Amino acid sequence: MTFPEELRYTKDHEWIRVDGDTATIGITDFAQSELGDIVYVEVETVGDAVAKDDVFGTVEAVKTVSELFMPVSGTVTEMNTALDTNPELVNDDPYGEGWLIRMSLDNPADVDDLLSASDYADMVGQ
Amino acid sequence: MHQALGAKMVPFAGYDMPLQYSGIINEHQAVRTAAGLFDVSHMGEFLVTGPAAGQFVDSLVTNDVSTLYDGKALYTAMCQDDGGIIDDLLVYRFGPEMYVLVVNASRKVIDLAWVSQHAPPEVTVRDVSDETALLALQGPRAFDILEKASGTDFSGLKFYHFERPAACLGSQHLLVSRTGYTGESGVELYCPTAEAASIWSALMEAGQEFGLLPAGLGARDTLRLEAGFCLYGNDLTTDTNPLEAGLGWLTKLEAAPFIGREALLKVKASGPSRKLVGFVAQERGIPRAGNDILAPSGEVIGSVTSGSQSPILSKGIGMGYVENRPEFTTPGSPLQISARGRTTAVHVERPPFHVKRTES
Repeated sequence: MTFPEELRYTKDHEWIRVDGDTATIGITDFAQSELGDIVYVEVETVGDAVAKDDVFGTVEAVKTVSELFMPVSGTVTEMNTALDTNPELVNDDPYGEGWLIRMSLDNPADVDDLLSASDYADMVGQ
Repeated sequence: MHQALGAKMVPFAGYDMPLQYSGIINEHQAVRTAAGLFDVSHMGEFLVTGPAAGQFVDSLVTNDVSTLYDGKALYTAMCQDDGGIIDDLLVYRFGPEMYVLVVNASRKVIDLAWVSQHAPPEVTVRDVSDETALLALQGPRAFDILEKASGTDFSGLKFYHFERPAACLGSQHLLVSRTGYTGESGVELYCPTAEAASIWSALMEAGQEFGLLPAGLGARDTLRLEAGFCLYGNDLTTDTNPLEAGLGWLTKLEAAPFIGREALLKVKASGPSRKLVGFVAQERGIPRAGNDILAPSGEVIGSVTSGSQSPILSKGIGMGYVENRPEFTTPGSPLQISARGRTTAVHVERPPFHVKRTES
């Protein structure tokens, strides 16, 4: 199980990759493994301003449905439409082709409050 | 052992059970197209012996135990006086004075108390669950695998029949039962707990060339739901009766009296007020237990008791109780499932959902 160093993490098992004042968000390798086979990803907040810790979408696995939380405040600009037909990308490549949304950050410094890779790995006991 | 295979374990009814090994969908597909091996040793087994064992068991369950003969099993329900279902179970007839009841893990303690409390002095009830393991080998290649592992062809065994071979798979005490909970062909193998690990290994080794995968509770649940089999605790509870649960076919009201019969005769006379129906999603969305079921008008008419994504249909499927009106229970009827403020359109359908299949 991997947790790339260049990403920041939340206790709700999202990761965020920052590029200037925009960012890409997904769920961690640990999260996809716990959820099991993912069959739907729903994001109905594209174009919306969503506050930190508010729900931006849901991910449904065979056995469970789980809400997705914004790591930091900002506006959802895009969802990964490849997941409409291939939701299993989240299982297969959680940090790459299985990304969930792109967003613009209200305040890029907010990311500094999130967990580092090693903090997150400690949290999930890996 | 299961953890060594990469299984994700979950606590279930007091047992650490393998939820999944390689993934629910992968294991599910293996059972539908090749075979899967499940460890379901958590199930409870009660040995009922004595001169009146048959009549006694018959007085506890809804189905007609007098139709059994040695080597034959039946599926049935056990009810309270008010017709509420205590458990669904299998009854095996070993001999005229010896029967085995196979019950759900979550109901074992309650069932044992109920059965023991009603047993006449000349009947002995013994809980043999701890010394009995149960492996389910299920799928179209199950009999090929069993033959390769044991050297014996069991494919002539008829549905709901069982054999106790003198020696098989290194065991003197194996019971090979043509039963299952997946909607596929296959067997359930009862053996002494001490022998389960070696039988598991022998089957896995023999099954490699046939595509056999170890399968967990997750796939067991999606397979049974696709096949339309009820799960106790979800679709069956003490607040449900066999007639509304669609188990009228195993409720023999005209045969010997059983506990709950009077109440069920009344339900039959008036017609059940609600019915368990199956449904298939017509759009994205997965029904989940506890979701409301809505009429096209938006009125709440029931609730979902089991729901999942069907790995075969790639659609949401489920079961739930709805008001017993033809416009809600007839196959094809449009209903809606409400979850988290959204609705999903479903059609009532009669399971099995995955394929029309008959076993005889």
